Amino acid sequence: MASLDRVARSFLLTEIVSGFLLTLKYMFKPKVTVNYPYEKGPLGPRFRGEHALRRYPNGEERCIACKLCEAICPAQAITIEAEPRDDGSRRTTRYDIDMTKCIYCGFCQEACPVDAIVEGPNFEFSTETREELMYNKDKLLANGDRWEGEIAANLHADAAYR
Amino acid sequence: MYETAIDFFTHNWLGQAIVILLECLAVTVPLLVAVAYMTYVDRKVWASIQLRRGPNVVGPFGLLQPFADGLKLMLKETIVPSSANSILFIIAPMITFLTALIAWAVVPFGNGVVISNLNVGILYLFAISSLGVYGVIIAGWASNSKYAFLGALRSAAQMVSYEVSIGFVLITVLLCVGSLNLSKVVLAQSGGFWHWYFLPLLPMFVIFFVSSLAETNRTPFDLPMSEAELVQGFQTEYSSMPFALFFLGEYANMILLSAMGAVLFLGGWMAPLPFLPSTGVWGVIWFALKIAFLLFVFSWTKGTLPRYRYDQLMRLGWKVFLPVSLGYVVLTAAVLQFGGWVPKI
Repeated sequence: MASLDRVARSFLLTEIVSGFLLTLKYMFKPKVTVNYPYEKGPLGPRFRGEHALRRYPNGEERCIACKLCEAICPAQAITIEAEPRDDGSRRTTRYDIDMTKCIYCGFCQEACPVDAIVEGPNFEFSTETREELMYNKDKLLANGDRWEGEIAANLHADAAYR
Repeated sequence: MYETAIDFFTHNWLGQAIVILLECLAVTVPLLVAVAYMTYVDRKVWASIQLRRGPNVVGPFGLLQPFADGLKLMLKETIVPSSANSILFIIAPMITFLTALIAWAVVPFGNGVVISNLNVGILYLFAISSLGVYGVIIAGWASNSKYAFLGALRSAAQMVSYEVSIGFVLITVLLCVGSLNLSKVVLAQSGGFWHWYFLPLLPMFVIFFVSSLAETNRTPFDLPMSEAELVQGFQTEYSSMPFALFFLGEYANMILLSAMGAVLFLGGWMAPLPFLPSTGVWGVIWFALKIAFLLFVFSWTKGTLPRYRYDQLMRLGWKVFLPVSLGYVVLTAAVLQFGGWVPKI
């Protein structure tokens, strides 16, 4: 009897038909994907995206060239050169990040004593050439100016847990 | 003036050639547009089944996506592998594409709307759809690549196996009709959907549909081009326009087999209810709707079923479909004979 049942089932295609009905049902369910370039998913305040060098509100750059970020960087993506500025304060003359080496671990921003180097919320910085991903100090400071609002809000939101 | 024009287009060879050319264009251009939008519908249907959105950026609702894809393919470089037989390599996609197109000569789009009203229409269709396998085999051999070769072998074996059961399906239909003329096949199903052959011949309709999936190398029978093992089967070495020709030929074949299914089992251009109009342009519309429905089921199948293993495919073709369809031929013949319904020829 069981074999008859099995034969009847396979000839009536019951399993295939139920599968088809399931996919038909799914066809009318709401989509779960995000309409990406036009809408984006939420990002947490700890999101580690493109790097930026921040400034103080008076426009002075935060980085004091302590080179802790360069030291901790596991991918050795950061290169810093520094010498005293005319006013005697210690500043970087060169601050490069090789974004093709960076693994976005966030150690640099954890190491930074003055919250100068941070990983901002921007994740859309793909380029057409490799050279464009060799960031220098100007590019990083420009990123800082561009994303300062979001970065400051994220740091504030996360400050209680640090 | 009017009569000379009639005379020119019916008796002068040049006029006749122009008429034939226009007829061919009237079929192939909508067909190619249908192929383009079939790829779009495919992607949209799979996307909805997987709760995705599908193409929606190029044009409203992504409607221009197929043309963007076509443009991309045309602008790409045609690569002929150095070890390939370049002549056969180029000819193979043309064969696939041409066989998919010339079969449309006998398909009746409406009452009397057919390029060539052959009395052996079914045989012609059957012969042409078998020829398509040559394009695949030649492509696989001429590429001189192991993936392409294995894909072509699988494809050839599969297409030949399932053609057998399609043959028996055709035989049951023409037993009921008593003619090989496709227009007569449709006329025999006139008068509402309960006269269509998919009801009395339902098992054969299912077998026909499944076999046409296998014929066109669609899921669940797409192992000639299974990405996981064979990269893309016989298409592995193709790029640019030759690839596009394969792609077009494949989809045109799908539309062709859907048209065959619509003619043989779903009453061709006939309206589903007898009081609805099925003459002139209405016939073409009903026919297009039936083809569209079958094509939707093609996409739906691809979104639903996983791929068969090779031995399962062969088992289904030779050990299930062949005996069942053969038995149904005998059953149909017996019912027609003893029920006194043998068609008058």
